Amino acid sequence: MRVIDMADAILKLKNIKKHFGSVIALDGVSFDLKPGECHCLLGDNGAGKSTFIKVMSGAHQPTDGQVYFDDEPVNFKTPHDAIARGIATVYQDLGMIPLMSVARNFFMGNEPEVRRFGIKHFDLETANRITMSEMAAMGINLRGPDQPVGTLSGGERQTIAIARAVYFGAKVLILDEPTSALGVRQTSKVLATVDKVRTAGVAVVFISHNIRHALAVGDRFTVLNRGTTLGTAKRGEISSEELQKMMAGGEDLAKPDGSLGWTV
Amino acid sequence: MSDKRVKDQSFVQRALHRPEMGAFCGTVLVLIFFFLIASDNGMFQPDGIRNWSIVAAQFAIIASGACLLMIAGEFDLSIGSMIGFSGMVLAIGSIHFGLPVWLSIIIAFILSVLLGAVNGFLVIKTKLPSFIVTLAFLYILRGLTIFMSITTTQKTILSGMRPLAKDDWLAPFFGGEVLTGVFVWMGNQGWIEVFSRGKFEGQPVVSGIPMLIVWAIGLIIFGQWLLTKTKFGNWIFAAGGDEHAAAYAGIPVNRVKILMFMFTAFCACVFAMCQVTEFGSAGADRGLLKEFEAIICVVIGGALLTGGYGSVIGAGLGAIMFGVVQQGLFFSGAESSLFRVFLGGLLLVAVIINTYIRRAVIGAGD
Repeated sequence: MRVIDMADAILKLKNIKKHFGSVIALDGVSFDLKPGECHCLLGDNGAGKSTFIKVMSGAHQPTDGQVYFDDEPVNFKTPHDAIARGIATVYQDLGMIPLMSVARNFFMGNEPEVRRFGIKHFDLETANRITMSEMAAMGINLRGPDQPVGTLSGGERQTIAIARAVYFGAKVLILDEPTSALGVRQTSKVLATVDKVRTAGVAVVFISHNIRHALAVGDRFTVLNRGTTLGTAKRGEISSEELQKMMAGGEDLAKPDGSLGWTV
Repeated sequence: MSDKRVKDQSFVQRALHRPEMGAFCGTVLVLIFFFLIASDNGMFQPDGIRNWSIVAAQFAIIASGACLLMIAGEFDLSIGSMIGFSGMVLAIGSIHFGLPVWLSIIIAFILSVLLGAVNGFLVIKTKLPSFIVTLAFLYILRGLTIFMSITTTQKTILSGMRPLAKDDWLAPFFGGEVLTGVFVWMGNQGWIEVFSRGKFEGQPVVSGIPMLIVWAIGLIIFGQWLLTKTKFGNWIFAAGGDEHAAAYAGIPVNRVKILMFMFTAFCACVFAMCQVTEFGSAGADRGLLKEFEAIICVVIGGALLTGGYGSVIGAGLGAIMFGVVQQGLFFSGAESSLFRVFLGGLLLVAVIINTYIRRAVIGAGD
């Protein structure tokens, strides 16, 4: 079992509340994240996972509560404030452009430049070389750096998005349901990627509603239910049944009622 | 090291994945076809080549702007109206108000590029499809052009630009010719035909390369360079490929799109300036249907109507194909109405092939 070093948390969220009009989406959630750990955020649909990570990534501002980065209180106005601090979010379906090549996607918005005849050019040679080596490090064999992203599998696209965020200096990586649309083999590929970047010292927030995926890679687990947290557990201290029960809000999951005769 | 499932691609397969490949094959086929059926009608004599290359260059100028805009994910249906408008601004300015031609040209460029920016700004702010916004501008600009020319000059066609343009310093950049010395020399060497009698006796039948063609080549090279060799080009692809993903990666998508609307308007203005200074007149109905012809060139050139994929060189080849077919049917004495039949057919084939290619590009995952 991995031992989490007891370094101070890089990101702390204290008692976060978020109201949308009369709707209370988050009602005092606390969360912390250490470098080199994978902290899983679990919860059913509508539990507030998305709202919570949007507060983390600067897309939403909390109604109440405080975010700390490196023990310093921060107020992210936009996602770019968070990105500037090294907090990158990889959304499930956002980030990769299928028609563009892997190298052009990898450096999208961060194009390296070189001067030729006094005019700035997109340094495609450098972009291609770095893309090939970064992809090889992640275990993806590309036909070439000009291969369109659309020809890659969903798992490979997630891996490129993660590799890209880490290459451009992400210290905190927020993965929003990275495995929910993937098959078994693709999922294992993404989980292996998460393990690689965690070993490199990146702090990972792994959002999921799939307990098996979370248990496979997580160091700590926080369960959200109806906008509140039911506490954080360490790996090995909690079973998948207990997590399941916490996600369901303490209730046992509905068992198919025999009298219905499976007609529902 | 290599994954056995990843097949090595042959040179041919790689070439087939280039967006301009279809247009290249089409252009070669069209040239061969008309060489076989129309070469004895003078189509491939110097003056014949000049004739169809001017037509192709006109298409290429507006197609290069429309191409970058389409790759950035937007349309401009007001290109034709912009041609009529900017040409009329030049003619009214210099003929009716007696402004220097260079000043009228500069005013025409400023107004067109500003209108292009308004187009882009409206599309961005309203989040409406650019198809609708620029369709509105197609009518607004055309109507304003006719209104403007009738209220100031009581005419819709203004001629008499030629003598004014001759002595101007800026007009020859649009209506002039380059390499005239080379053509005289080639005529003296007997390489190209010379006039045997009349006012131009001893002069070559083709006196030089019109600036129209120079602009076309220049704009295509610039567009292709911008698209494939610069950071901004990557932003154009990204803005058209998926604007949300591009914005998330920190790309100023709105700025990219508005700039491309401005560039498209700039190209339409170049077209109008060349037309007015070379042919000596401006008309309020000039440029009718040019927006569709530009879009057809771009699509034949391999660009996707949905954005994010395409090639300016492809659009240029589409323009050559367009010019060769239009003038080729004329040279071979075919009924000119057949041109439109051919054009429609070509467009249909191009779109079907492009759609197939896109499926091949993005549909092969997992």
